[in-house]
Amino acid sequence: MNPQDLQYSKEHEWLRVAGDIGTVGITDHAQSELGDVIFVDFPQVGAKVEAGKTLGTIESVKAVSEIFSPVSGEILEVNKDLLTAPEAVNSDPYGKGWLVRIRIEKPPADLMSADQYTQYTAG
Amino acid sequence: MPVEYSGIAKEHTAVRTAAGLFDVSHMGEFEVTGPTALHLIQFITSNDASHLADGQVQYSVLTTPQGTAIDDLLVYRHAPDRFTLVVNAANIESDLEWIRSHNTVGSARVEDVSDQTGLLALQGPRAAGILQGLTDVVLSDLPSYHFRLGHVLGVETLVSRTGYTGEDGFELYFPASESEKLWTEILKAGEATGLLPAGLGARNTLRLEAKLLLYGNDLDRTTSLLEAGLGWIVKFDKGEFIGRDALARQKAGGVKRKLSGFVMLGRDIARDHYPVYVNGAEVSHVTSGSPSITLKQNIGLTYLPVEHAAPGTKLEVSVRGRACEAEVVRTPFYKRKDS
Repeated sequence: MNPQDLQYSKEHEWLRVAGDIGTVGITDHAQSELGDVIFVDFPQVGAKVEAGKTLGTIESVKAVSEIFSPVSGEILEVNKDLLTAPEAVNSDPYGKGWLVRIRIEKPPADLMSADQYTQYTAG
Repeated sequence: MPVEYSGIAKEHTAVRTAAGLFDVSHMGEFEVTGPTALHLIQFITSNDASHLADGQVQYSVLTTPQGTAIDDLLVYRHAPDRFTLVVNAANIESDLEWIRSHNTVGSARVEDVSDQTGLLALQGPRAAGILQGLTDVVLSDLPSYHFRLGHVLGVETLVSRTGYTGEDGFELYFPASESEKLWTEILKAGEATGLLPAGLGARNTLRLEAKLLLYGNDLDRTTSLLEAGLGWIVKFDKGEFIGRDALARQKAGGVKRKLSGFVMLGRDIARDHYPVYVNGAEVSHVTSGSPSITLKQNIGLTYLPVEHAAPGTKLEVSVRGRACEAEVVRTPFYKRKDS
C-alpha cells in the first residue's frame, strides 16, 4: 500500500513534507520493478536539485536507473545507511529505504496523491 | 521466462549453494538425421563432431566464411547418423536457413523441433541429488557433457549433464506438453533442499561469472572465434569447414584483439555497451557487464587490443560519462571448487 500522507511523482518517487523539509524515496512499485538494489549514487549534501531533474542513480543487479527529484531545493542529508545496506530500498521503501532530505525552495507541483498514484501504476 | 522470481541475487545464490530451476524452453532444437548428417555438421561448425560417441554432447559454433559466429550451439549425438543441435532462441530462423542452404552434399534431414520441445535446466550442487529421486537415469554414471534417454517423473526425457551456470547440473528435454507438470513437480521435490525457480537475470549473472559467452553480446557475426577465446573448439585438422581458411590465417598472423575479463576497482558498475578506455583512448566497449553476486565485485567482458589484454592492465570504463578505474583479470571470474 502506498502511504496516504505522501505525494508521488510520475517517475515513481515519493515525497514526505514536514514544514520546509522534504524526504524523498522511491515507491514500492519502483523498487519491485528494479529488483535487488545494490548501490545508490547520491548527490553531494548542499547541492541544488530541480524538480524533474536527476538527483542521483540507483543500481540494481539488472539495471541502473535515475532518481528524479520530485521537488526543487537543496540537499540537506543523504541516507548513509544505504551505503552498507542498500537492500533497505527494497525491504522498506517508505521507511528505512528513504534516499535524501531536501530543503524545499518551491512547493511541489504536479505530484499525485496516494490514490491517484495507485491508479497511475495500475493502468 | 521472467527476469526474476524471488530476486536475482537470491536465485543466483541458490544455484551456487543449492539448486535453481530455469525454464529455457525458448531455446531452439534441430534434429539432423541421415547418412550425411555428420558431414553437414562438420562443414558448418568449428568443433570436430566426428569424435563424439553416442550419448555425448559438444559445444560448438556455426561459423561464417570470415571465421566469425552465426550462433553458438550444443551438438548431441544420438547415433552415427542422428544428431540434435541446440541453438539460441533469437537465431532459430536464421540458423535454420543457414544450415539448410549448406545442406547440399547428399540430403541430411534438418527438422526444427523447437516448438514441440520443452527444456528445463536444473542447476547447482544439489541438482543431482534432487533429480536422482525423480529419474531412472543413473546420474552417477552420467559424466559432464553426456546424456541419456530415460524418464523424469514418468515423462520420457533426454537427461543431459550440461548447463550455463558454471555449476554441476542438468538440462532436461521432453515433450513441450509436459512442461508445466515437470516444472511444478521438480520445484516441489526440491523445495526442502533449497531449490528455487530462477529467471533470466540470474541466468545472466551466473553465466558471466563462469565466462560462458552470450551470443549477441560477447559473440556475434563481427567477432572471430579466436578473438572470443574459442580457439579450443576450432579444429583445423578435422577437414574443410566454413571459415577454416580465415581462422587459419588469423591464427598464423595472430589476433589483434581478445575477449578479456575485468573487475571494477570502485563501486561503479560497468553495464553492457559502456565505452572502455586505455590511457585515455577509447579502445572498445563492454560486451557484458554486471555486479557479480558471488564475488561481490563488479565484473565485465570486453574485446581489448592484445597489447592491453594482460591481467593487471589498468582500464577505464566510462560510467555515464565518468571515467571509472578497472583492471584486467584472469577468467573465468568464478570456478566451482570440484571442477
